[in-house]
Amino acid sequence: MSKIVLKIDHLRRSFGDKEVIKDFDLEVYEGEFLTLLGSSGCGKTTILRAIAGLDSVTEGHIYIDGKDVTSLDPKFREVNTIFQNYALFPLMTVEENIAFGLKMKKVDQQEIKKRVQEMLTLVHLEGYEKRKPRELSGGEQQRVSIARALINNPKVLLLDEPLSALDQKLRTKMQLELKGLQRKLGITFVYVTHSQDEALTMSDRIVLLKDGKIEQADTPIKIYEHPNSLYTAQFLGDSNLFQGVVTKVDVKYAWVKLEDAMFKVFSNQLQVDMPVDVIIRPENIKLSLKKKSDSVFEGKIVDSIYDGASTQLIIRTGQREIRAMLFGNDKEYVKGQEIFVTWDIEDVILFKRDTDEK
Amino acid sequence: MKNKKLWKYFFIIPVIIYVILLIALPLIYILIISFFQSDYYGGMISTFTLQNYIDIFDQVYINVFLKSIFVAGVTTLICILISYPFVLAISHKKPATQKILMTLVMVPFLTNSLIRMYGWLVLLRKSGVINQVLLGVGVIQEPLSLMYNMFGILIGMVYTLLPFMVLPLYSSVSTVDPQLLEAANDLGASKIKTFFKIILPQTLPGLFNGSLMVFTPALGYFFIVDILGGGKIMILGNLIKNQFLTARNWPFGAAISIVLVLITSLVIFAYRKLGGKMEDLGGA
Repeated sequence: MSKIVLKIDHLRRSFGDKEVIKDFDLEVYEGEFLTLLGSSGCGKTTILRAIAGLDSVTEGHIYIDGKDVTSLDPKFREVNTIFQNYALFPLMTVEENIAFGLKMKKVDQQEIKKRVQEMLTLVHLEGYEKRKPRELSGGEQQRVSIARALINNPKVLLLDEPLSALDQKLRTKMQLELKGLQRKLGITFVYVTHSQDEALTMSDRIVLLKDGKIEQADTPIKIYEHPNSLYTAQFLGDSNLFQGVVTKVDVKYAWVKLEDAMFKVFSNQLQVDMPVDVIIRPENIKLSLKKKSDSVFEGKIVDSIYDGASTQLIIRTGQREIRAMLFGNDKEYVKGQEIFVTWDIEDVILFKRDTDEK
Repeated sequence: MKNKKLWKYFFIIPVIIYVILLIALPLIYILIISFFQSDYYGGMISTFTLQNYIDIFDQVYINVFLKSIFVAGVTTLICILISYPFVLAISHKKPATQKILMTLVMVPFLTNSLIRMYGWLVLLRKSGVINQVLLGVGVIQEPLSLMYNMFGILIGMVYTLLPFMVLPLYSSVSTVDPQLLEAANDLGASKIKTFFKIILPQTLPGLFNGSLMVFTPALGYFFIVDILGGGKIMILGNLIKNQFLTARNWPFGAAISIVLVLITSLVIFAYRKLGGKMEDLGGA
């Protein structure tokens, strides 16, 4: 693996009595797109601000490029931040905003002009030099703030929910643009978001946070397909949760019993009477009109939500609702139909339930 | 529709009457009598003469103008130097703390300013509290002259007018997004650079508003100069007051007043020319 450009070592941060970050460790590699993902209040922004130096830390150390910057003023840190509301300087033109960082470093005027032009080209804002931030759309303001940060050649670019103020269409577009920029420039991105979509589409690695601790850190594919906790499984992507008990175990398989159904799973390390949580992703749900040997549930389609590329079906069986995702416009299933539900054994995501929970 | 409009006018009427009766009419009266001639017995002869305005260009009066502008200018500058750090410091505090601190700034207004000036006498005079303490501690051997001079006047002026600078600056500074300051810091700006590049340009309207509200009354606060200056120093306020009440030369006093109004108007005019908005002035 390549060089470590950012290292966070046993970081703790308390606000009053409340410990927001609890013993947080992280290593970020050069050129990596790393996402800190979590619901609001999980401490992801606090970590970002600690890296930037905008907030102090209670305990622990932060290293940028091997240098301990824990108590260094933000102005000396070789990182730059993209703020949620862009934080463009309202009285300065686009050009002056972008040039700000270099001006502070007393870079030669001619050089500044050249670099500003390069940045404007990079973010497709040629000809916008003399405009004021208030004359720009949200997406354009966003691009100015990216240019303003990138012109300083930061070792790490920190992005604090940069797309949350944009509308859905623009957000998708900016996701691709940001990812493209990151690949092109090879700059390390540390990206904070609460949106699993953004995290999954853009990241090389996702760090899922829960209550100031790392729940799981992995590639998008691993974290989605092999979550190591129920929390991770439910946070990323939609899921159907079945809570049951293991009733039978043999060499290869085990059987999980629910109130109204029974199904087979791989038996690794399961024991009889063990309570388990089983997650099945909606896209892995298989439907059939006729009962098959491996059918688990029999239910009725109560709702069908067409979404262009996919259709989501809500299937009611007993007290339970199961969500299934069909790709393409599959006319075979309609609302009101009786239907049989199953899935491949490989698509089962299973967790042993701690008995003290709930 | 028509009724609604009438109602609107109905509520504006008291303000219109107030402005006409207490501001416009007296001002017109002052303008008119500034062209009259004094009859040396306190009365006025209604002619048309520019003599009063020509008299102002006497070196004695020009010196009074210059001294007034100096006093008002220095007062404004000191008020700015005190207010900016104060306002910036409290803008980082919790909203509740900010409210308490701003209320404390307003508290002196509850007492009549003339009475507060006599309070300063007790503190500043030769046998006053400050001199007694300093003598007692042994910092000085002789009592300091803290009043009946320029120093005393400036203390009185700054003390009285400081809230007029703090309030508009505070409302201006509180509109600056704290994230902008973080962004500047993040991009390599020191605290001082952040102030001059980000905070100052954005709070210029408040600064100008405050300056106007300090500078203008400072030209005319005669009672401060009378009490703490001991009658040795004369500014425009005293000059006008003396012309009206002591010398009983109303036309000349009126002419000086008109010049004072012109100076103030000129400052506001310059502000507008420089791109300032009048709404910002009223905004505080």
